[in-house]
Amino acid sequence: MAESRWWQYFKPNIFDPGEDLQSTDRYRLLRRNIVVLMMLVTIIPLTLMAVINYHQYRSSLTDEIINPMRLLTSKTKHSFELFLEEKLSTVRFITSAYPVETLANEKNLNRIFRVLKKEFGGFVDLGLIDCKGIQVSYAGPYDLLAKDYSDQAWYHEVTIRGTYVSDVFMGYRNFPHIAIAVQLGNEECDNWVLRATIDTSLFDNLIAAMGLDAESDAFLINDKGVFQTNSKFYGKVLEKCPFLPPPGNYGIHIEEEMDPKGREVIVVYTHLENFCCNLVMVKPKSVVLKTWFTLKSEMFFIFIIGTIFILLTIFKMTGVLVKKTRDADERRELAFRELEHAHKLSSIGRLAAGVAHEINNPLAVINEKAGLMKDLLERAEPFDKKEKFMEVTASIQKSVERCKTITHRLLGFARRMEVQFELLDVNDVIREVLGFLEKEYLYRGIEIRLELDENLPQISSDLGQLQQVFLNILTNSFSAVEDNGLVIIRTWEEDPETLGVSIEDNGCGMSKETLDQIFEPFFTTKKGYGTGLGLAITYGIVQKLGGRLKVESQEGEGTIFYVFLRKAPPSNTGELR
Amino acid sequence: MRERTLLLVDDEVEFVQTLAERLQLRGFQVYIAHDGDEALIQLEKSRFDMVILDVMMPGLGGLDVLKQMKPIYPETPVILLTGRGSTNDGIEGMRLGARDYLMKPINIDELIKKIGENLNAT
Repeated sequence: MAESRWWQYFKPNIFDPGEDLQSTDRYRLLRRNIVVLMMLVTIIPLTLMAVINYHQYRSSLTDEIINPMRLLTSKTKHSFELFLEEKLSTVRFITSAYPVETLANEKNLNRIFRVLKKEFGGFVDLGLIDCKGIQVSYAGPYDLLAKDYSDQAWYHEVTIRGTYVSDVFMGYRNFPHIAIAVQLGNEECDNWVLRATIDTSLFDNLIAAMGLDAESDAFLINDKGVFQTNSKFYGKVLEKCPFLPPPGNYGIHIEEEMDPKGREVIVVYTHLENFCCNLVMVKPKSVVLKTWFTLKSEMFFIFIIGTIFILLTIFKMTGVLVKKTRDADERRELAFRELEHAHKLSSIGRLAAGVAHEINNPLAVINEKAGLMKDLLERAEPFDKKEKFMEVTASIQKSVERCKTITHRLLGFARRMEVQFELLDVNDVIREVLGFLEKEYLYRGIEIRLELDENLPQISSDLGQLQQVFLNILTNSFSAVEDNGLVIIRTWEEDPETLGVSIEDNGCGMSKETLDQIFEPFFTTKKGYGTGLGLAITYGIVQKLGGRLKVESQEGEGTIFYVFLRKAPPSNTGELR
Repeated sequence: MRERTLLLVDDEVEFVQTLAERLQLRGFQVYIAHDGDEALIQLEKSRFDMVILDVMMPGLGGLDVLKQMKPIYPETPVILLTGRGSTNDGIEGMRLGARDYLMKPINIDELIKKIGENLNAT
């Protein structure tokens, strides 16, 4: 399958880092691989999400914060435009309402100027300039009559464009104002100009009306970047502004800049129509994006905490997972080894049974032949060496008897062992078995010390098999101890489901190598008279009864056999061949 | 007392002949069969006081012979000999109607004892 192939390609590298590696390395690698994989699949999406969120929030927040600035700037711009337009309209109205001749009369001009000042305010002076650029009439605080403007740039601009609004200038009284000039004419000449000067202190009122916070600033600059109004932070009128507006008529322009004080600021530029001027609003980013910075740090905090939690979880879980895998592997291996052992026992058992059976038949023949010889000898008349013959036949029969014991044990080892469960008192079973061996231990002066738990609950087990187990172990213990040795038998309740029996001797003990082999069939240290089957059979029986067998031994100090028996029979009371 | 007749069934010639001889020395009249079929033929021909039957025989085994003869001669006691060192065959045989069983190699005194017990019982 194509879809499983790519996965197959990756999987072995990640989850099975090499069968041939040392097992600790293998689990370490497995752990590392899982940790890396889990980190990749969790941290990457989290990071991606955080980054996307960051940008999205940033853009939406920026919009949300910058939009009001844009709006405010736009409104103020309109106020300025309205203000200027109004002044311009007023001057235009005068040029339309009065003929040049009327305006040229200083008395009339003064009267109009007075009305202007009274009704509109902000006007500083009013003057009429004739076709040659000479001021022919003037109303206002200065003595500017007959002043020649013909070589001034603004005069020429008015004659070309019809109207003109000047940049701010300081004038004679040293306060900032602007000049508005409108072209008008009579029959002789079109290039008369009515010029009015307006006090720009009114601009400050418009800016104050924006209601800016203490950190923010707003001011007018001309296209060359010269202040037209005072700025809170960046300079006075006619000084050079650190911010330069974009060229041309651009509507609203927003820029993030660094101000001379080194603060990051957001600057909103807007160009005033019909007036070579730009309204600039400056807000420090720290103020504008205060919410954003708070949110950003919160997001960062959540990200870090989340990452730490994920990492902790990954490490903890992977640790548990790998440990469980390892335990399961070990249990499987152990089970496999036990199964192997059981298989070995069973195949050796079958082989032994085959051999024993083959030997048993000729042995029966020898037995009968020797028996017949004995019968005949017993019935015969006394003859030379009759006694010797009798002796020899008896010896043959004795040897046959020994062989028979061995073949029967071999066959017994291999035969199907059926188990019959009944309620037993383990202490009684032990006492009974000791009864069988009484002659031997009394004769050899072996001390038997019983430390039996008299409150031991009864268990469900097979009497015969259990007797066999204790008999085999005790026989071993007796052959391990010297005459006058000590054997201690203990019983106790190991846990609610298990009883423990230990048989301890102070005999010769066993080496590590011997200990490893004692349950192997045909392994014996009793050179000459052991079959090597006793403990193998014991092992098989205990297994079959659902129990466990454990041995501890110290060479030269003694051996302890532990038998752990289940109180209830195992669910699978299968037979072992 | 008339001589007791025994039918001894075993495929191992050396074994069966020697055992027969030893039983004859002890005053029994012993007949021999070397396999199950021969045993059934002999049983048909004459009546025996007891049949001593080996379990492991090629062809018709001891337990088969037991099964076939039991309905016909329910009174004839049977003692089984088993060579497998297992009590299972013996127990199975006793379930089928055998009186007792012995494991090979046998002890002659034990066999005589068991024969005595079961003959007295008839």
